[in-house]
Amino acid sequence: MINLKNLTISETHNHLTKGDFSAVELAQAYLSAIKETDGDIKAYLEIFPDVVEQAEEADKKIARKEEGLLTGIPLAIKDNILIKGRKCSAASKMLADYVAPYDSTVAKRLKDAGAVFLGRTNMDEFAMGGSTENSAFGPTRNPSDLSRVPGGSSGGSAAAVASDETLASLGSDTGGSVRQPASFCGVVGLKPSYGSVSRNGLIAMGSSLDQIGPITKTVADAEIIFNAIKGKDPMDGTSVETAGAISANRKNFKIGIPSDLMDTEGIDETALKNFNESAERFKSMGYGVECVNMPNVKYSLAVYYIIMPAEVSSNLARFDGLRYGLHISGKNLAEDYFLTRGGGFGIEARRRIMLGTYVLSSGYYDAYYNKANQVRSLIKNDYDEAFKKVDFVMTPTAPSPAWKIGEKIKNPMEMYLADIFTTPANITGIPAISLPSGFKKDGDKSLPLGIQLMSDHGREDLLFKAGKDFLNE
Amino acid sequence: MIEIKEIEKLAELSRIEISDEEKKTFLKDIDSILGYVGQIKAVAGTANSINSREESKLKNIFREDANPHDPGQFTEDLLAVAPEKENDCIKVKKIL
Repeated sequence: MINLKNLTISETHNHLTKGDFSAVELAQAYLSAIKETDGDIKAYLEIFPDVVEQAEEADKKIARKEEGLLTGIPLAIKDNILIKGRKCSAASKMLADYVAPYDSTVAKRLKDAGAVFLGRTNMDEFAMGGSTENSAFGPTRNPSDLSRVPGGSSGGSAAAVASDETLASLGSDTGGSVRQPASFCGVVGLKPSYGSVSRNGLIAMGSSLDQIGPITKTVADAEIIFNAIKGKDPMDGTSVETAGAISANRKNFKIGIPSDLMDTEGIDETALKNFNESAERFKSMGYGVECVNMPNVKYSLAVYYIIMPAEVSSNLARFDGLRYGLHISGKNLAEDYFLTRGGGFGIEARRRIMLGTYVLSSGYYDAYYNKANQVRSLIKNDYDEAFKKVDFVMTPTAPSPAWKIGEKIKNPMEMYLADIFTTPANITGIPAISLPSGFKKDGDKSLPLGIQLMSDHGREDLLFKAGKDFLNE
Repeated sequence: MIEIKEIEKLAELSRIEISDEEKKTFLKDIDSILGYVGQIKAVAGTANSINSREESKLKNIFREDANPHDPGQFTEDLLAVAPEKENDCIKVKKIL
């Protein structure tokens, strides 16, 4: 019996190359774990039928000594990342039976590395939401408390890692969709710098905000996956080569806390206390901690909920029921559109498309979309100034631990407020990592809490360094 | 405060069929969201200089229009996901 609980990618790699167990045995162990627990958690939308065959290929690679760190490593993939020949539904009725005709760049890179894809994970429809309740195929449950949400939109990917139904997973993050579920499930989640990971083959939500990122048990695992998927890609014009590297003898790292943002009302008391303790912990490890003045960052959420729906309304215009996806036939072509889009999109997708249409419409463009872009540059400016003084900006990942299923679903604005700390990194394009930082006791349950570190564009290396220090890796 | 006829207009522009019941829900939700995001209107001094400095960093990126793939290489895969087709074409209802 392989003990999945304590496995990390590099340890697993050592076991596989030493022959302690094979990739097939490992894959079978995960398949049994999924069988045992996923009936309750529902992290997966599909377990791929060829997991063992993929693992056999990995074992051959290992036997030929052609293996890399990810060869034979089981991964779960969010259902908005295309893998050729497999279903990819974005957890939407619109794409329920859509089969990807090509590989996303990240899937291609992970396949080449010999990773084993276990299945596709549940998410909020088209990655819109913070609880995975917007999935057209039912919610995922939080492994720490089955009555609570796992966060979202990459809730399935986070819950799968937290419940040892996979060793690691990929999510996507447009406004916090990797970091917030990682925080709610007590695991590590990285939102890379905008452009560092190719978006080719990721079903688009907000194209100036989206990034694919790893969800893992350790910071070292996140680093391994990030290194495997990052890099310039001719198929994504916004992709860039990033290569931040800390000089070996660098000391005296500084963390800034944006007091303007921490003054926000509605932060859970235990989460705030945990955040302050985390800051003390960094101090005790020799990190400098100081307040930084970032007066415009508090507008991030408002800016995000203008720019994101604007991009959503444009990106989701492609779902016309003609070329792929759901098709509901009406009396004429126009009716085909209305019926297909009305029937295929869930309530949150429709709400955001309509909101985006509003902020882009001629009468309101200047007041909303244009103004949001101006404030976006002011927020970027705040971060540029902050990073002249400090290496990191730190906040809680979310203002509270996971909430109950159904608690916020009827009030979208309340759900959106949970993104208050995560949206700035997407608006500015900087990298950010969520680290498990403790728990809030609730009866006999322990609800995970997380802190978030942000660094300057291309400086994931700093996040890995501080993250490993914080988690004693 | 937005009105129900604006919701109807947005649904029409978005090519989305919504029920009368949903119109009311969307009205309430979108109104509350616009109320929140409207706070950016109060941000002073978003000088054009800042915006144009940001814009100067942005540039369009094009791939060379070269090395085309073989004609028909992806036809089969792409047609396989189309809801209705005829020969090598996607079939749509007549427009005129």
